[in-house]
Amino acid sequence: MATTVTTPITQERMPKEHYLNADYGVRSWLLTIDHKRIAILYLVSISIMFALGGIYATAIRLELLTPAGDLFTSENYNKMFTAHGVIMVFFFLIPAVPATLGNFLIPLMLGAKDLAFPRINLLSWYLYIVGGLITLAALFLGGLDTGWTFYTPYSTAFSNSNVILAGLGIFVAGFSSILTGFNFIVTIHKMRAPGMTWFRMPLFVWAHYATSLIQILGTPVVAVTILLVAVERAFDFGFFDPARGGDPILFQHLFWFYSHPAVYIMILPSMGVISELVTCFSRKKVFGYSFIAMSSLAIAVISFLVWAHHMFVTGLSVYAAMIFSALSFLVAIPSAIKVFNWTATLFRGSVSWQTPMLYAFGFIGLFTIGGLTGLFLASVGLDIHVTDTYFIVAHFHYVMVGGVIMGYLGGLHFWWPKITGRLYPEWWARVSAVLVFVGFNLTFFPQFILGYLGMPRRYHYYVEEFQVLNVLSSAGASVLAVGYVIPLFYLGWSMRYGKIAAPNPWPATGLEWQTPSPPPTENFPVTPEVTEEVYDYPNLRLPKETVLV
Amino acid sequence: MSSHSAALRHHFANPEQQKEASVLGMWVFIAQEILFFGGLFATYLVYRTSYPHAFADAAGHLDWKLGAFNTVVLIGSSFTMAMAVHSAAHGKSRAIVGWLLGTILLGSVFLGVKVVEYGDKFEHHLVPGRHFQYAAHHEANLAADPGLAQHAQLYYSLYFGMTGLHALHMIIGIPILGWIARRASRGEFGPHYDSPVEITGLYWHFVDIVWIFLFPLLYLIGAH
Repeated sequence: MATTVTTPITQERMPKEHYLNADYGVRSWLLTIDHKRIAILYLVSISIMFALGGIYATAIRLELLTPAGDLFTSENYNKMFTAHGVIMVFFFLIPAVPATLGNFLIPLMLGAKDLAFPRINLLSWYLYIVGGLITLAALFLGGLDTGWTFYTPYSTAFSNSNVILAGLGIFVAGFSSILTGFNFIVTIHKMRAPGMTWFRMPLFVWAHYATSLIQILGTPVVAVTILLVAVERAFDFGFFDPARGGDPILFQHLFWFYSHPAVYIMILPSMGVISELVTCFSRKKVFGYSFIAMSSLAIAVISFLVWAHHMFVTGLSVYAAMIFSALSFLVAIPSAIKVFNWTATLFRGSVSWQTPMLYAFGFIGLFTIGGLTGLFLASVGLDIHVTDTYFIVAHFHYVMVGGVIMGYLGGLHFWWPKITGRLYPEWWARVSAVLVFVGFNLTFFPQFILGYLGMPRRYHYYVEEFQVLNVLSSAGASVLAVGYVIPLFYLGWSMRYGKIAAPNPWPATGLEWQTPSPPPTENFPVTPEVTEEVYDYPNLRLPKETVLV
Repeated sequence: MSSHSAALRHHFANPEQQKEASVLGMWVFIAQEILFFGGLFATYLVYRTSYPHAFADAAGHLDWKLGAFNTVVLIGSSFTMAMAVHSAAHGKSRAIVGWLLGTILLGSVFLGVKVVEYGDKFEHHLVPGRHFQYAAHHEANLAADPGLAQHAQLYYSLYFGMTGLHALHMIIGIPILGWIARRASRGEFGPHYDSPVEITGLYWHFVDIVWIFLFPLLYLIGAH
């Protein structure tokens, strides 16, 4: 048993050479094969996409301030929510945590010099950019009005918007996601440092392993499905055309076979982040390590067996509906295991309330609401009642957006000193964390009520009785927007003026904290050797003085 | 610097780790490919179950002899590929090049036959779309399924979709084989470093196996 140690928060000067100053110039970034630099490339790109998607969200919330459809025509409103959904789902939520934090941290956490295939990692970023540009071209040159779900036969036979081009963009971006997962799986199998056994890996890595499985096995199906839609439009094939014996419902089966598991592509990495944060800021060994690790895999497996709960109103047979309903309830079990284990980790821990922990608490709160309302939707009767209402919109925003944003921002703050070598200003960070949490709930909780009362999604006008709740929601959205914008300023500020971070300012366990901040290009001066289990927290004390700047 | 260390990329600890990573990588990639083709196979399953007569009838318009010939050609190319991998493990550079060229040749023969078949379908208006025209192969099928022509069009959508995607994989594979052959001719491969040949082989065998499924599903269902 080691004695209790504390580590310094700040240090005098940065290491002389690290991955950020190892090379200069645009070329050194655009042609880099360093996973840490690629993570930064992704960080910048997804932030731009998030801002764009946010602009469309702003337009939607502005339109919904009043019952009349007074800001946009119906056609333009369709294009607004489609653009919002497509950008946010495919270009922010899916890559957000894995492509940035995962890319940066997985080799560091495993004690590796890089991912197994560094050039494929760079290729994945380029595919993201190409896919993104194609999709943006489709959105700006005429737009897309099918919703992010591309439902047939509307998308194949009726829509006059840029379905093929947008589909092509998403197809390409899909392969960027596949290649990320592919790289993670091989890296986790083959690149672990000596002594880093499977059950010594941080839970963040387990969560990404489960995510990668879904990326590898789910994404190709949606890719080929979107290809079928494009081919049907371009060459007049009849896959989804009922007039020619095709079945539009088949599209929904294929689409949700990926797109339901995709929810877990978004949320599992965030769950991995939360596991790290909760243990670090409770100063306790995580409760039920192997249960949390295995629940990630269980979620990945079960997530492939629940897709038809999106289709209870399509005339699915009663027995199929019952089975899919039961399986959907089943996926709640591993999810609940995580929440219970985090809570048990907090119990009798010495909990501190620094920004990353605020986000972790936010995650647990939002995910609990999102998850429990998911059970409402797994029960066939209630699901039919609220299908295509704002209840659905509220539910998936709580799970997907609440989950990803909380995990992403929490993780970004937690590892910010490692990524940039600087501390962020704690006070501002706490303010924005609270704003995000309050704004989020104010935006989306009223939508549960709206949906339960019967307000359908995807319309830009509504009956007057619904105005109060809609105004609340729009007001919440502006609070949320402020919460999102503040970090842009203080994080940007901290890159130049923040205090210089010590290698392990929290102090936290994990190999990533045992290398300098920012790490050198090769990650570790000497390949580390792992001799102990992860989360040896009782022996590392959090300094009394917090990191306020 | 010996070719041993030149082939080892900077982030791997040793050649064994590098080889294991690339072989596992190809298997993971193949898993992804199976699901990619899987979407089409699922679509095939749904429509063939819905329209068995139309599918049997439409398959009757394909030339099963050409399909069988191509099957033999592809299995032959798998053999030459396996021999190339074997030669790489034993460091026989000239043999690697020879076997790879044989693989390329057989792959090209396959694609050539495919061009002939596609051309034939094009001439007979069997390409789905506006110009699709269909005459029943067996009158009994028409009697069993009044929507025969339309459902046969679904069959041909799948025929072109699945064989087209398969052919695309071969078209991508052949230049890769050429590139590997060129590297082999420079003597890059041997017992210490043969994973590029091995994983290219895995890919090529996978593409062959897809055809082993496509051939009976598309060509032989009308035979009884």
